Amino acid sequence: VASKTSPLKNHSKNVSKNHSGRTAPAASKGGKQKGLKLKTTPAGFEKFHEKSTNGAAPSSEKVSGKFRLPAKQLLQIYDAMIRARILEERLIRMYKQSDGYFWIGGPGEEAFNIPLGLNIKKGQGLDHDFMHFHYRSSGIILSMGADPMDMMRQMKNTATDPYSGGRNFGNHTSIKKWNILPITSTIETQYQTAIGTGIAHRQHGGEGITIVNGGDAGTAEGEFASCLIWASRPKAELPILMIVTNNEYGISTPAATQHGEKHIADRGTAFGIKNRVINGNDVEESWFAIREAMEYVRKERKPFLLEARVSRLYGHSSATGANLVTGEEDALITFEKKLVAEGVMTKKEIDSIREKYTAEFLEMAKKVKEEPMPDGSTIYDHVYKGQKGRYF
Amino acid sequence: MATVAQAIRMALHYGEKNLELKNVFGEDVGPPLGGAFTVTQGLETSWNSPLDERGIVGAAMGLGMAGVRSVAEIQFCDYIYNTIDLLKLAGMQSWASNGDWNLPMTIMTPVGAGIRGSIYHSHSFDAMMTHIPGWKIVMPSTPLDAYGLMLSCLKDENPTMYLMPKALLRFEGKEQIPGEPELTPEGKKQLRQMIDMPILGSEAQKTWKPKWPKLEEFTVEIGKGKITREGEHVTVVTYGRHVHIAGEVADRMAEEGISVEVIDMRTLWPYDWDMISTSIRKTKRVIFLNEDTEVTNFGEHLLRRAIDEFFYELEAKPKLIAGAFVPGVGLADPLEAASVPQALEIENAVRELVGEFA
Repeated sequence: VASKTSPLKNHSKNVSKNHSGRTAPAASKGGKQKGLKLKTTPAGFEKFHEKSTNGAAPSSEKVSGKFRLPAKQLLQIYDAMIRARILEERLIRMYKQSDGYFWIGGPGEEAFNIPLGLNIKKGQGLDHDFMHFHYRSSGIILSMGADPMDMMRQMKNTATDPYSGGRNFGNHTSIKKWNILPITSTIETQYQTAIGTGIAHRQHGGEGITIVNGGDAGTAEGEFASCLIWASRPKAELPILMIVTNNEYGISTPAATQHGEKHIADRGTAFGIKNRVINGNDVEESWFAIREAMEYVRKERKPFLLEARVSRLYGHSSATGANLVTGEEDALITFEKKLVAEGVMTKKEIDSIREKYTAEFLEMAKKVKEEPMPDGSTIYDHVYKGQKGRYF
Repeated sequence: MATVAQAIRMALHYGEKNLELKNVFGEDVGPPLGGAFTVTQGLETSWNSPLDERGIVGAAMGLGMAGVRSVAEIQFCDYIYNTIDLLKLAGMQSWASNGDWNLPMTIMTPVGAGIRGSIYHSHSFDAMMTHIPGWKIVMPSTPLDAYGLMLSCLKDENPTMYLMPKALLRFEGKEQIPGEPELTPEGKKQLRQMIDMPILGSEAQKTWKPKWPKLEEFTVEIGKGKITREGEHVTVVTYGRHVHIAGEVADRMAEEGISVEVIDMRTLWPYDWDMISTSIRKTKRVIFLNEDTEVTNFGEHLLRRAIDEFFYELEAKPKLIAGAFVPGVGLADPLEAASVPQALEIENAVRELVGEFA
């Protein structure tokens, strides 16, 4: 059995030596680059939320022009967005340089995913939110405070990958201490397991909720209907925030060729589930819609179906090339332009922060390449809780 | 003299009171019916789910991941097949997360033929289920084991599949469950009055509340089989209702001087290879017996392992007796009899093996 894994190990090592990675523009400056001094964890937001229950700017905060959120918060969101984008671009490069076998991720969903991640009640157990994510959720998880290097470790399938120990594809995150269930490749099964934590949340009470997300194509699976039905049982409604990020494609198949419904969110109406369609490429629209939906689910202990229209900037996955597509709105650029136009940031500051993260992540990727691969002898570990070695 | 159904019911009640069991659910599991086979009557935490097997398994998984202990029922294993990918996912949560997560949950489902259940109420599930890693799979053949195995499932930190041989759900045991009334006709009547719900729709049923006996802890360790007949000439390894059929064959053969050892595996995975291999080395002849369809049958795995490990010690070719590889079990008596192993077939196989000299 060991011989099955050793060629892979050797192959990866050779590849690592032959491809040192492209040098990003600001790589030589590395950590010396001074980006904006921004907090990227949700911690800063919690204080802000105490002042304003709906997320709108309190009167004491300065709001710029067309924005509803204060500048400080816009900057925090932007920082998390660009960080998530650059991470995904690094993961794609890792794949293309053979530092990973497959890439799938969520570049293009940052304007929705970062506001979502920053509003999650993070922690372990039923007093906190339970997350049933799909594989385009790196922005959410990163903005919750995950280490980008860990995501690279999973991409490189190293032994140090904390999410799966080198067993799973990148962006198949699993973090028990934050209630993030293992992300699966099986489409839509997360809507099935969400029922269970939803029941647990209902029985437990409090303000913890279940959050599940997935794409538009997956809603054709029976699991989506299951979740609608179980979440809306009379007198047994479940506090589940059902999210559909609609990029209008299922791999290569346009949704318009397979779906007759006008909006996916409309399906909630038949079950008495509150629902809404939003422009997920708009940061503030996403922010306020997420806040409102979450507030409803947390307080009313009932489901909400939120459909966010988003872009898919690098195609479905490496299976479709993982190249930048044309003709789709890039929410990051849209946001940058607005930030500059409203005087919240300068172009120079934007360039600076981009360079800073590009250099930082390149250095991380280089380090990850040197980390060990898992040993083939570990394949039986963890089949059961605490299991080490062959068990039969 | 509890039946297997009563034993499981009492185990679930014990779980509610002592083992943090918070949810027992599935189709018709809660009031008023209390399960298609009465297994969940009178429980405090039982409730009815939508008619959605995938939702049931998914809900059990989510509850388990949230640390909430539950038992979910699929009404017949014939209807569990559309949940296969979820069962695979459940079995891999610990492994896929490299040990970060674990998933305590129990699914129970009636399996097998024997009640003239026709095409879609007679399937077995052991061949399919034993092909899914990460689960522990049990299958009792007596009320006491049914009680003890359920308690073990409720204490386990991993997904557990509790297969109920439906033909045995009314089977009365000869071993007392700790706390149940005396094993006498009077005790049997008393238990029925205490925990069996009156006829559905009757006046008595509308106000009925169970009176549970003072049950005590009793577990059957997962992974441990049981020798139900000791013998010298041939070993029959089986589980579920065929434990009893093989036992009857063993009793008949004993009259002819043929000594048959019968092993009730009780746990299909992880199984008690120590017990099986010790017996094979003693008798040097082995038959693996179950009623699931014969192609890629779980018994074939056991057969392969027996050949791998004991080929040169065996004195006769090892044998598998299993169900016919046909899409379903036909309803008419002759069809069912031709589809799943019958006593005569087992008897003939035993004769064949003991008559063979390597």
